[in-house]
Amino acid sequence: MSDGSNNKKMTIIVTKGTLDWAYPPFILASTAASLDVDVTLFFTFYGLQLLKKDVDHLQISTLGNPGMEMPMMGMHMTMPNIVSTIPGVDAMASSMMKSMIKKKGVASIPELREICVESDVKIVGCQMTLDLFEWSPDIMIPEMELGGAATYMAEALESDINLYI
Amino acid sequence: MATQTLDTKGMNCPLPILKTKKAMKDLAAGDTLEVLSTDPGSVKDMEAFCKSTGNKLLSSGEDGGVYTYEIEKA
Repeated sequence: MSDGSNNKKMTIIVTKGTLDWAYPPFILASTAASLDVDVTLFFTFYGLQLLKKDVDHLQISTLGNPGMEMPMMGMHMTMPNIVSTIPGVDAMASSMMKSMIKKKGVASIPELREICVESDVKIVGCQMTLDLFEWSPDIMIPEMELGGAATYMAEALESDINLYI
Repeated sequence: MATQTLDTKGMNCPLPILKTKKAMKDLAAGDTLEVLSTDPGSVKDMEAFCKSTGNKLLSSGEDGGVYTYEIEKA
């Protein structure tokens, strides 16, 4: 629970909707909240994927990602782009990533998101993106408030830390 | 003797800090929390957590890969 005792504020603009990119905003937000920082997350474009009630569909993309080196068959391997284009490869890589996350004691995305909600992290979804993608707010977590760029700016202007992920 | 013990062994960053924060909520000022962790990163993280929240890190130690912290609630 953030009690704001150190009077610091942080905002993060969350724009990415993949399993790996879901981690930085939720880790930083939950940790900042536990350090008594008042946090606002603004989810826009693909970042809104992270606010769907069910986030089991989140995947990593192996395509064009030479930095993704995973332990496989006793070594570390990157995925050649030509392999990444085969249907099912991302799903397979994502399920491997999820099993590694579990094995290494790394928190799951639903777990981190739940801690953010419990810690009073303010979660703002971009109204324009919802309209653009034709998503009903009903498929999103109830803690999501809707707002726009001005809502974000009002928070950002008062913040000590503003990040874009 | 710590008022309460929190076992975060096997958990990775940032879970030890998040669980510590949660456990501290149930304590009164002056109570102490003992935290056990196997995350080597928790050494610096626990110092940073205490510095930012004003809680006092009474002791910090390691034995056989298990880090033990004693924190007094401010």
